Amino acid sequence: MARTDFDRELTSLMDELLLLGSMVRKSVLKSLVALKTRDLALSKKVIDDDDLIDQKAVEIEDKCIHLMATQQPLAGDLRTVITVLHVASELERMGDYAEGIGKIGLKIGTDQLLKPLIDIPRIGKLASNMLKKALETLVARDTEGAKAVIESDDEVDALYNQIYRELLLYMIEDPKTIKKATYLLWVAHDLERIADRATNISERTIFMVAGIKYELYGLEEN
Amino acid sequence: MNRENELTKTNNSQSNDQVILSTRDLNVYYGTFRAIKDINLEVKKNQVLALIGPSGCGKSTVLRCFNRMNDLIMSAKVEGSVLYNGNNLYSPDVDAAEIRSRIGMVFQKPNPFPKSIYDNVAFGLKINGYQGDIEEAVERSLKRAALWNEVKDRLKDNGLTLSGGQQQRLCIARALAIEPDIILMDEPCSSLDPIATLAIEELIRDLISKYTIIIVTHNMQQAARVSDETAFLMVGEDRAGYLVETGDTQQILTNPKEERTEAYITGRFS
Repeated sequence: MARTDFDRELTSLMDELLLLGSMVRKSVLKSLVALKTRDLALSKKVIDDDDLIDQKAVEIEDKCIHLMATQQPLAGDLRTVITVLHVASELERMGDYAEGIGKIGLKIGTDQLLKPLIDIPRIGKLASNMLKKALETLVARDTEGAKAVIESDDEVDALYNQIYRELLLYMIEDPKTIKKATYLLWVAHDLERIADRATNISERTIFMVAGIKYELYGLEEN
Repeated sequence: MNRENELTKTNNSQSNDQVILSTRDLNVYYGTFRAIKDINLEVKKNQVLALIGPSGCGKSTVLRCFNRMNDLIMSAKVEGSVLYNGNNLYSPDVDAAEIRSRIGMVFQKPNPFPKSIYDNVAFGLKINGYQGDIEEAVERSLKRAALWNEVKDRLKDNGLTLSGGQQQRLCIARALAIEPDIILMDEPCSSLDPIATLAIEELIRDLISKYTIIIVTHNMQQAARVSDETAFLMVGEDRAGYLVETGDTQQILTNPKEERTEAYITGRFS
């Protein structure tokens, strides 16, 4: 016996999740381009697009609720639906970080940046790649790949600490830079949080595939 | 009731403190047909064990072995042992009637006697020569079965005038009256509506402070709601039922170890 309709709905749910992930990733990348090129219109667009991200996340949540109510999933199916629900929420928050970067772009306006952006685009690239890989490994049900995503968060954390120290030095040396340095620190922090949430997605992937709460127990069975 | 005897005394050489009932290599034949094969199962005291599995996998056969109901089927033959407090229920010197007073049963369809509500509950007490206050025992049983408030003013009414859900609770009260240790339930809610089902499920959770319950159910959500442990049985190629997996219900329903369990509970069983 197969559950054709249910399987089709699960596949469609996963497709919707990937679409949401793609929308979020594009917003993150656009927010950084807007910041670097001082493109205020693009920053505004990132802010506006967050409504679309929120709407998509709510649609996914509604579908998960509908599936739970009508199909009463269990075992692997239940873990999949719960994971999609959780990941949609993570993605929606990532969208908020992109929106936050867009708002910082508008706050800075056309003023000159404190310093040329070098490390912030680097952390942005690392975080958006983590998001991309987290979603790819989720769909491929690849626990080893998910583990690699989780491990790559250390690199993001190290880079964030480096950016933090550097900006702190600017502020200590010249308190007049505090406002501009704080804006950049917020951006770096938003990107670091995006990487953390990509890590959460990979932890959920391991839970979905193996039923293991990796964040608590590693890959040992619990 | 003080009914301490050989059956109720724990045979410490064979039993774990928590395990009240267990089977060892249990096989049941109906004529030449083997219905269940090598079932090894343990039931812990004051817990609910759910038996799940597809139709024909032997869930009800296993359940019936626990109070020797299979004795009533002429062609049935039981091999292996069923240990209650460490004592084999199938020893030649064990009285089946005594077992059934210790291990009561509630069936799929409510089956009250065509007698008054009071007499339904008092029946078992009377035939067992109960020496205590029968009225008090009837009230206590109906209260434990969460039926007292609904019937206290109409105890002389025929049991068959009650709704399906009330009739099933009356049958539970009847089983509780003789103070068993264990209650076997064979799909007790299959003929009930969702509200009556919920009442029985809540009752099951209330009863485990005093009793051990084994329930056969086809409803996975019901197993999830009422049971502490779940045993999954399947039908083999020889059509004999066998135990695939047993464990904590939450683990079985969210992350079963066996692929066959996963396939069954996610509805992809073939």
